[in-house]
Amino acid sequence: MSVAIEFRDIVKAFGPVQVLHGVSFALQPGRVVGLLGENGAGKSTLMKILSGYEQATAGELLVNGRAVHFDGSRAAEAEGIVLIHQEFNLAEDLTIAQNIFLGHEKRRGWLLDDAAMNRESARVLQQVGLRISPETPVRQLIVAEKQLVEIAKALARKARFLIMDEPTATLTPSETERLFALIAQLKADGVTLLYISHKLDEVERITDEVVVMRDGRFVARAATRDVTRHQMANLMVGRELSDLYPPKAPRPAAAQPLLRVQGLTVPGWAEGVSFEVRPGEILGFAGLVGAGRTELFEGLLGLRPRTVERVELEGRPVRWRNPRDAANQGLTYLSEDRKGKGLHVHFGLRENLTLMALSRYATPWLRPDAERRALEEAVKRFGIRTGTLDNRASALSGGNQQKLALAKVLHPGPKVVVLDEPTRGVDVGARRDIYFLIEALAREGRAVIVISSELLELIGLCHRVAVMRGGHLRTTLDASQLTEEELIAHATGTH
Amino acid sequence: MPPEPTDAMKPGAATSAAVGGTPRPDTSTRAGSRARALLHGFGPILGLIVLCIAGTALNSDFATLDNVMNVLTRTAFIGIIAVGMCFVIISGGIDLSVGSMAALIAGAMILVMNRLAPSFGSPVSVIGIGIGFALLLGALFGLAHGLLIARGGIEPFIVTLGTLGIFRAYLTYFADGGAITLDSDLSDVYSPVYYASLLGVPIPVWVFLAVALVGGLILNRTAYGRYVQAIGSNEQVARYAAVDVGRIKVLTYMLLGACVGIATVLYVPRLGSASPTTGLLWELEAIAAVIVGGTALKGGAGTITGTVVGAVLLSVISNILNLTSIISVYLNSAVQGFVIISVAFMQRRRK
Repeated sequence: MSVAIEFRDIVKAFGPVQVLHGVSFALQPGRVVGLLGENGAGKSTLMKILSGYEQATAGELLVNGRAVHFDGSRAAEAEGIVLIHQEFNLAEDLTIAQNIFLGHEKRRGWLLDDAAMNRESARVLQQVGLRISPETPVRQLIVAEKQLVEIAKALARKARFLIMDEPTATLTPSETERLFALIAQLKADGVTLLYISHKLDEVERITDEVVVMRDGRFVARAATRDVTRHQMANLMVGRELSDLYPPKAPRPAAAQPLLRVQGLTVPGWAEGVSFEVRPGEILGFAGLVGAGRTELFEGLLGLRPRTVERVELEGRPVRWRNPRDAANQGLTYLSEDRKGKGLHVHFGLRENLTLMALSRYATPWLRPDAERRALEEAVKRFGIRTGTLDNRASALSGGNQQKLALAKVLHPGPKVVVLDEPTRGVDVGARRDIYFLIEALAREGRAVIVISSELLELIGLCHRVAVMRGGHLRTTLDASQLTEEELIAHATGTH
Repeated sequence: MPPEPTDAMKPGAATSAAVGGTPRPDTSTRAGSRARALLHGFGPILGLIVLCIAGTALNSDFATLDNVMNVLTRTAFIGIIAVGMCFVIISGGIDLSVGSMAALIAGAMILVMNRLAPSFGSPVSVIGIGIGFALLLGALFGLAHGLLIARGGIEPFIVTLGTLGIFRAYLTYFADGGAITLDSDLSDVYSPVYYASLLGVPIPVWVFLAVALVGGLILNRTAYGRYVQAIGSNEQVARYAAVDVGRIKVLTYMLLGACVGIATVLYVPRLGSASPTTGLLWELEAIAAVIVGGTALKGGAGTITGTVVGAVLLSVISNILNLTSIISVYLNSAVQGFVIISVAFMQRRRK
């Protein structure tokens, strides 16, 4: 039994803010549909309504031609509709089986029937291709495995309509391949899939059809084979998109390196890594998830235990015990984990922006008016779209939060800036803004280090790319050697 | 008294109240969060006004100047500690030891002053040294807490639960189970610090006001205050944003320790002695004042105004019970308990 869905004039308002303005479209069963749209287009809200996490303010939702009203995710699950969240909903300390049956435990009398749950879990784990004991605690799994557990969980609940929100955001290329194989198999089994992603190449590859939303409205739908990636992007943004990447300036001529790191070891993550970056240079760091890139830089900042032979900034040896030392001497770091480490989402924009450079505003009393002027400037320079400057960071869309986070780490005026996954979960339009910004930073003579899992981004942006695998820096590729094949080969060790 | 701190802290009060959270933070609008912030910020004040109206209706003595000063003077100890506690709670910590700490500081201060009295000619300088010693000791105790919590990585609850026992046990030991009493000639000189008035307002109330104003200024208008809020809101983000989390935490516990020292300095001249029952349950009253004042126990957001109002509100309750006979005085703590739970109940949707 497959599930056909129809939205009829779905309206959703949060207080006075309307985010969906009467969305109508239907989805046929047994297909893979890509749902496209910029951040803030209303995709996530619509999917939350479909999966019972939110209720529509007005309009109708039809499942197999029948109007339904979900008052919670369980009601949607009963119809076979399951949303796999971008951020996983797994209890880390429970086992895989306990997670799969959380809230739906099998019982024998008053007691839990662990044997039956483990058996059933093993079956769905096999279905998703995860060869691991169902009694493994989830904490021990890597991100990609957690994702598969989420899918297994959905299958155990007899899901017939799966919604995946940016499922590949944290996956490596080979893990992504595995996920795609699974999607093809699920489709063959008659499961309908709704696939939300900013990665248009993936959408092009695995979907039968794309639906585009913009500003809370349905914009277009088309068979995937009939539209190009470029057309998809234009539909999402609603205007012609020029080049995604800024023109590359040549790598600055040999000068004294701005930052030079020698023999940096972060136990368990990185081993004897050395690199240098010149003023005006954009250095990329490529590698699979778990290659130790993030941990390397967290070690450099003193956020993890580490040993280092020598760190030089502008030729002078420096010792950084914590991010404060590093920031004081001119290196700041943008974390890949925006909500957990990058921004105070419950703080205002102003407080977020100035946090790393507060001493500038304390004389000794803080001057909110000066902070506010700085915010006005940053909003202009970084193109942060916000209704009012008094907003909290949580009120911004993902892309604008990322711009704010960027503005924050640049506010102290660092000489070297390390950007970890600067465009994760950011839509096409904002992504382009961020690329141009990075290029502008380099042109100002700063050194920029970009850690990214998106190869095209590294190729489009960087002068050189260092590739890490298993905690070692394997090679550094020049612009002339920068191709996807080359990067993947070094990252996976199949060179 | 509330009007002045309110003015001093308007920007911060508005922000941090908004930070308190709404059910759907992603979509709260300016007008909505403003209204909520106002309501939230004034909630405790409204409660206090209602209580005062009730008190006036129930007993004509309630609204007299004498009674008002009496209530405020009694609030001063808890109120001053609550201001320090507000910083600790906003930073995401807690200190359960403040009552025992106050008792030990009181005992130690009296012992030091009694010891010095014979060798110093003037009692005033002895008392001056005693006061300095009390503040220093409070800051040192705070330093110990802060180091154990920030550098030692032990939960604040555990550290201060431990020192709660340690401080009181040492006081009991020094007092030999009885009381440590200040020499009477010192006591005579010292007692005005509690009993005297300036411009008709008792000294402890002036000190309370000063501590609250300075506290509000520090919390809302200094980089340190911003860091305290940042750490309580999300310690990881603060750490990644180059905030020296350890140092700020240590400073916060020291600030609370100094506040306990100030409260003790005002408390000692009242009775002139310290005993094992000195400062009993002050920690709970101080924490209750902070919470009733609208600060979230999980940290991140809170206001000094709210804390001051919370402290006054709790002592107004006991004052009304004292003045009227509707509810037995013995049920004072019960009524306060009900108030705390109702406040938490009203705040429960703002997660």
